[in-house]
Amino acid sequence: MSSDPAPLLTLSGVNTHIGPYHILQGVDLAVPRGSLTMLLGRNGAGKTTTLRTIMGLWHASAGAVRFDGADITAWATPDIAQAGIAYVPENMGIFADLTVRENLVLAARSGPIDETRLRWIFSLFPALERFWSLAAGVLSGGQKQMLSIARAIIEPRRLFLIDEPTKGLAPAIIANMIEAFRELKKNPDTTILVVEQNFLFAKSLGDTVAVMDNGRVVHAGAMAALAEDRRLQQRLLGLSLDQHQ
Amino acid sequence: MTAPATPAPVLPAPAQRRDFAPLLLVPLLALTALPLIGDWSTWVTLTVAGLAMGMIIFVVASGLTLVFGLMDVLNFGHGAFISVGAYAAAALAPSLSGLTQTDSLALNIVALLALIALAMAVTGALGYAFERIIIMPVYGQHLKQILVTVGGLIVTEQLIIAVFGPVQIALPLPAAFRGSIVLGDVAIERYRVIAVVVGLVVFTAMLLVLGRTKIGLLIRAGVENGEMVEALGYHIRRLFVGVFIAGSALAGLGGVMWGFYREALTPAMGMDVMVLVFIVVVIGGLGSVGGCFIGALLVAVTANYTGFLAPKLALGSNILLMALILLWRSRGLYPVAKR
Repeated sequence: MSSDPAPLLTLSGVNTHIGPYHILQGVDLAVPRGSLTMLLGRNGAGKTTTLRTIMGLWHASAGAVRFDGADITAWATPDIAQAGIAYVPENMGIFADLTVRENLVLAARSGPIDETRLRWIFSLFPALERFWSLAAGVLSGGQKQMLSIARAIIEPRRLFLIDEPTKGLAPAIIANMIEAFRELKKNPDTTILVVEQNFLFAKSLGDTVAVMDNGRVVHAGAMAALAEDRRLQQRLLGLSLDQHQ
Repeated sequence: MTAPATPAPVLPAPAQRRDFAPLLLVPLLALTALPLIGDWSTWVTLTVAGLAMGMIIFVVASGLTLVFGLMDVLNFGHGAFISVGAYAAAALAPSLSGLTQTDSLALNIVALLALIALAMAVTGALGYAFERIIIMPVYGQHLKQILVTVGGLIVTEQLIIAVFGPVQIALPLPAAFRGSIVLGDVAIERYRVIAVVVGLVVFTAMLLVLGRTKIGLLIRAGVENGEMVEALGYHIRRLFVGVFIAGSALAGLGGVMWGFYREALTPAMGMDVMVLVFIVVVIGGLGSVGGCFIGALLVAVTANYTGFLAPKLALGSNILLMALILLWRSRGLYPVAKR
């Protein structure tokens, strides 16, 4: 992890309304620099809304989102992205009518794709090299997820927000994803916030964890501590690891 | 950056199918019409006239389909740019009579380009004002969009009446564009060939911009998933303003071409053409330039054939065509994959 003690991202008392619904009800969250933080919680707890609020896709009605000290609560989404935050949405958000290459060309905002970095991405996700000129819409679900993550990492970014990267994926692809995230974590300047339902995936990668329920963060701490405390898992997530092993 | 220790799983290659079926529609329609029309030279004349009209409709409709696809904006005022473009050309045309009344093809082309440049500049500027004043306050509100853009069209039409009068005015073709090219027993009007060439140039330019440039990629991506384009760090509203201006300018170009095609202008000409333009946009698939191109040719060629074979059906033929296409493909010929 980075030596700077201040968290890279903090949410303080964030409330978000979507139409008549009050989804986030005072979220407090700190994402340490250089860490991989897992955001867990039951369906409907507000995890995706938290990521979308950070990204400015929905605006907080109260509270503050601070990124590296700057208050980005009211910023427009493109400005937040330009500040160095990459986002992989739950539906992957790939451009189906564009080729794999074109998807990555768009994601490389600052200019032509860096060849060395592209080779590195191909080593993580060889399928992308193989299907370079194919329309992204014809890729399988796993390949689309690889593309969506490749798009986020095609250029160095300071914070990655990734929403359920293993959703609906086969075990072999999930193993590939775990390997890719381990690779990403090797860079000490990389900070990642992952929303996840797969506890085994979360346990194998997370440095820190935050658990949400009813639009609030109800637990935050080290991932290792939660992984060892089955009663806490049962209480927070309603699961028993025994059932998953 | 190092290679991962665990190799990625080997995945099967996905199948990519190209959809050629819509491309066959215009040739099939033309071949079907040939025995019904019976006479070769009449068939060629009708087909070329249909293609020319189709190209002009495409030029007008292409901007509208991108505007809708990119920002979900229903712009019923698009016809205003057709009328304004045509009237701007008509206003300048008398001062270029030295170029238009000579038999020199080169000078005629210079005059046409000057008229087109003026029309596109005026309608592009009007498009910018239209977007800022009329469209921007009603983003995401379809009903209000319909109301205010129809209002914008009516206001523009009334302004044209105030400046140019309510009666039809002439927009004579430059001298070298008049007459026909005779090939055997087939006579093809010169201007129709020019209209086809202009339409093809616009279509090719659009394909190149959309397929080969980053702006084009952004437009295509934005039509599909604007939110994700923003999440990648691009301001889609700025992109939209640019597309709106370009679409308005193209409608202005279409207005000039349409005015010369009819050699007459009326203040309501934009509204009249818009019926066909909306049918084309729906047939093509909202947001699809390729679909718009095929749709425009289909609509125009169908109108011409029906007008010759069964004049009483001519008015309804395009509605029937739209119904048939939507029964076959409910989201148009080339539906854009929306998120």
